[in-house]
Amino acid sequence: MLTRRIIPCLDVKDGNVVKGVQFQNLRPMGDPLELARRHVLGGADELCFLDVTASIEARPLLIDLIRRLSEVVFVPFTIGGGIQSVADARDILRAGADKIGVNTAAVQRPELLRELAEEFGAQCVVLSIDTCSRGETWFVTTHGGRTLTDRPALDWAQQAVDLGAGEILLNAIDTDGQREGFSIGITDAVCRAVTVPVIASGGAGGAEDFVQVFQKTGCSAALAASIFHDGSWTSNRLKEVLRERGIEVRLG
Amino acid sequence: MNLALIDYGAGNLRSVANALRYLDCAFDLCDSATALKGATRIILPGVGHFGAAMHELNRRGLVEPLVERVRAGVPLLGICLGLQLLFESSEEAPGVPGLGLLAGGVRRLQTKVVPHMGWNRLVFQRAHAITRGLPDTVHCYFANSFAATPADTGVTVAEVRQDDDTFPAIVADGSLAATQFHPEKSGPVGLIMLRNFVQC
Repeated sequence: MLTRRIIPCLDVKDGNVVKGVQFQNLRPMGDPLELARRHVLGGADELCFLDVTASIEARPLLIDLIRRLSEVVFVPFTIGGGIQSVADARDILRAGADKIGVNTAAVQRPELLRELAEEFGAQCVVLSIDTCSRGETWFVTTHGGRTLTDRPALDWAQQAVDLGAGEILLNAIDTDGQREGFSIGITDAVCRAVTVPVIASGGAGGAEDFVQVFQKTGCSAALAASIFHDGSWTSNRLKEVLRERGIEVRLG
Repeated sequence: MNLALIDYGAGNLRSVANALRYLDCAFDLCDSATALKGATRIILPGVGHFGAAMHELNRRGLVEPLVERVRAGVPLLGICLGLQLLFESSEEAPGVPGLGLLAGGVRRLQTKVVPHMGWNRLVFQRAHAITRGLPDTVHCYFANSFAATPADTGVTVAEVRQDDDTFPAIVADGSLAATQFHPEKSGPVGLIMLRNFVQC
């Protein structure tokens, strides 16, 4: 049986891994390769890198970083941020990334998902959805959560899978950065609505949050950032707790 | 010793090359029949579509020399789609012949969630040189929507289970071996298997 995956997420700017609060005061966190290696040794099942610059000028720095990462990271890694076209995706995959994450560009032009899946296969196309709730409904946001659309997240998830998305990274803005647990309701609803793997994101504060999201939803993986970066958890320590609670994990 | 890594545009070529470099294994990228001539060991990577991959192999004139080399006893390791290509056909591309080095076909997975993506535990069926030195519990990284159905179930070295579906994770026959998972993305255990292939 497939184990539930733990995915640390790292922000990248100008080819460096950075850390800041809500994209402000970004500071380099050290050698990106060393950080990646530390996460893998710590038991990460996959890594996710989010390019927060996503500008054309910084693209060569990102590509160079991907090349160097792929020489030392022997678990899968996803690159997201600013991917607008098949050509962008090709550069990133050729540099050695295993999957590409698309978000705003796919909302603006859903056909991009079909083009990517036809060119590279659905297994490397991750649709990232940033969603926030208004009343009873969860809506899609774009541009890093700054722009609210009138598109319900559930509809978008289903359409995206029909078009060719092979995996959905569902980031709940309501709980993101709060460290009070994942948004169980919308995660469960998306898992029930689609037949591809769903990665839960937004709100991880400790092992109990992972237990809850894995017990109460069908998500395949859970992604987190801050709890790994501040040293409070490693993937392996999380997994030891998960295993004690009867959740199947890979102990690395 | 001449290890040929078949270059036909497969998406995981760079990852496999990186893993071989990490293991200090010398190899040549091989994209033509001429380049394949002197190969004493072959790796066939692959991700994506069965039909598109066979088209690319045909376009480069690699199909016949690959089959000829393997029939002559040259060891070959197929990875992911590279495993599926060894069989005769696939539901992914009806009417497109595979390499036909192994009898049987390739079918769509019956799992609840497709692609079958993530780390699954290998259930070993028999011993083989490629699994030498592995720990008792081995999880490997998969990303597949199709799986092989060997005509001779004896070729299966290890299988994996998901929901009500069971399918081969490693197949081997004579000098052929192939993994449905990605050894180049399966951490230390994957690197052990790659090293075993290069050395065995």
